[in-house]
Amino acid sequence: MSSTTQKPYRRPASGPGVAATAPRRDRPRPGSQQWAAWAFLTPVTLYLVLFYAYPLYRNLDLSLRNYTVRSFVQGDAPFTGLDNYQKVFDDPTFGPALLHTVVFTAVCLVFQYALGLALAVFFNQHFRLSATLRALFLVPWLLPLIVSASTWSWLLNSESGLVNALLGAVGIDPVNWLTAPSWSLTSVIIANIWIGVPFNLVVLYSGLQSIPVSLYEAAALDGANAWQRFWRITFPLLRPVSAITLLLGLVYTLKVFDIIWIMTKGGPADSSTTFATWSYQLGFGNLVPAFGPGAAVGNLLVVAALVFGLVYVRVQRKQALS
Amino acid sequence: MNSSSRRRRLTAAALTALAVATTATACGSGSGGGGSSAADSGTYTIWDPYPQFDKSSAWAKLLDGCGTQAGVKIKRTAYDTSDLSNKALLAAQQDNSADVLIVDNPVVSTLAEAGVLTTTDDNKLDTSKAEANLVAAGQTGGKTYGTPIGANTLALYYNKEVLKEAGVDTASIKDWKSLTAALEKVKKAGKKGITFSAIGTEEGSFQFLPWFWGSGAKLTELDSAQAVSALTLWKDWLDKGYAPNSVINNTQTTSWQEFASGDYAFAENGTWQLAAAEKAGFDYGVLPIPGAAGGSAAAPTGGEFVTVPVQGDTDRYATTRKLVTCLTSTENLYDTDTTLSYVAPTTEVQDKQLAANPALKPWIDAVKAAKGRTSDDLGTKYPKISEQMWKAVQSALSGSQSPKDALAAAQSAVK
Repeated sequence: MSSTTQKPYRRPASGPGVAATAPRRDRPRPGSQQWAAWAFLTPVTLYLVLFYAYPLYRNLDLSLRNYTVRSFVQGDAPFTGLDNYQKVFDDPTFGPALLHTVVFTAVCLVFQYALGLALAVFFNQHFRLSATLRALFLVPWLLPLIVSASTWSWLLNSESGLVNALLGAVGIDPVNWLTAPSWSLTSVIIANIWIGVPFNLVVLYSGLQSIPVSLYEAAALDGANAWQRFWRITFPLLRPVSAITLLLGLVYTLKVFDIIWIMTKGGPADSSTTFATWSYQLGFGNLVPAFGPGAAVGNLLVVAALVFGLVYVRVQRKQALS
Repeated sequence: MNSSSRRRRLTAAALTALAVATTATACGSGSGGGGSSAADSGTYTIWDPYPQFDKSSAWAKLLDGCGTQAGVKIKRTAYDTSDLSNKALLAAQQDNSADVLIVDNPVVSTLAEAGVLTTTDDNKLDTSKAEANLVAAGQTGGKTYGTPIGANTLALYYNKEVLKEAGVDTASIKDWKSLTAALEKVKKAGKKGITFSAIGTEEGSFQFLPWFWGSGAKLTELDSAQAVSALTLWKDWLDKGYAPNSVINNTQTTSWQEFASGDYAFAENGTWQLAAAEKAGFDYGVLPIPGAAGGSAAAPTGGEFVTVPVQGDTDRYATTRKLVTCLTSTENLYDTDTTLSYVAPTTEVQDKQLAANPALKPWIDAVKAAKGRTSDDLGTKYPKISEQMWKAVQSALSGSQSPKDALAAAQSAVK
């Protein structure tokens, strides 16, 4: 029996779908109709298997074998169980990379969300030129990452960068943004926040549109000030939109690679290495690639994203039930 | 059909090694696949790392010409240097290698280790004319895996105007001490000292090696006192402001841009910048990189090797040999190395280059004194050593570790 016909049952109490499919009157007769169903299912199944399941399986396989250049070419890499993972956990880079990944993701998310929300509320006032300004704010999102990252690395160059020139003009000593271990992570975080704000702005702004104006009017009549209106109406009603924004932001931020690689290559001295850049460094950054450990680090990232995805699904379900 | 779907799957698998990581590389590898040698026995495939040359270039025409001479058609595919070694490995995995593969010299030993390349015993190539120190980069385990097509190396470019203003005579620069003294004078004159590239990639190691070798250090012992002295030299230059802090993130190209601004007295850079130097708009000169106690330091050799990958169909080697012999003939080497701005690998062609352009003299001398990175039978150990070396350089220059600690950590990581 195909699972597609049953699926609506699992979703409790939601809209018109329930009424339409609840009575299971016409069971699909085995025969032409079922074949048609399978035929319709085939393309998506093939697509999922070819482009999702198989690569994931291969990546898992890669991380469980001891690949050298020789065994990569001959295809006879021995199965070594969790050795690659052990190697990754024991690596002196693991601790810093984990810390940087967590800090990078957390700080970026908080700032992107806060700035995005502030701007969304701001643009929701519909003042003159607000549409134009909002469009301008989207520019970072539209630029190719290699352009933004290269531009940032020029701006932050310790010798000839504009930022240090400006600091110099107001009498502050130049900062080695990209070349000092104490600053490099901050620099890539700043660049990434700049890139991430427009996404938050767009999603939250469209979320704001769905909040009925009448609520604000009622609150205003009851004497709520702007601050109270924000915390009592806007924020709680935006919660579902905020949740999905933060989840998407989390997945995007976890896998950020290009910006860090172009700006600092994860350096100096691993000071801005995250799991994403480390995975690349292991797999492709050396003439003799370490595919196994590289794939292992990649898998850890996938698992991290998956865990947060599941948390999101759980929270969603709870909210839907309550 | 079968091989192409297999290739797609393998590319996909390689891509997932990045898992969620990188879209940038996804584009790079996704387009791949290149030529198939099995397609047509009258067509021979050549892979090279010169994407800057298009179909109408002298290089492409030379390849076609050699093909016509050997009576076959040439299918040429150009890859980015950093991309080519992965592509070659993937192709070999599917028994789909090119007939002729032109690769960066430190990659040769890696591909040889993977069993991708034939030895000169098998393919009967004659490497006797090329200089021994250059061929050494393509030798591992007593076997030779290709022949150099051209070489380049590093030296110090200097800005004559800046040095004149600072009152420095280049004849006085004979060792590290006199070089540092010159930098001090330049700084006092209000100009900038020296720029180089210490980025956390192979480029950083490449640039550090002349100083490393110039101190007498060996790659098998990264934490020797000599090695520490070389790294301390760089670190002191940064601390005293003789070299800019930006070197930590400089590629050789960005370092050159700093020098081209006209503020810097010296720049460590390669043969390939000669054409750019002519256009820089100031008078420049070239010095060999001095050793710690005088003399010229050995600089690492750059440049590519012509190699013959292993084929399922061994009958192809005869024609392949004709192609390679044609590519590395005296006349063609001269043309190729002139377009690439390389120094030729054979004395005969070097003399011809020198006659045509006497300014090449310091470069030809530097190439003669240069040393392959994978020489001394380091082979596939070199990439690991190099990675630890550039990490140590980065740690020390950025101040997160002292040169001594950084190199000690590097040495223990290599083991």
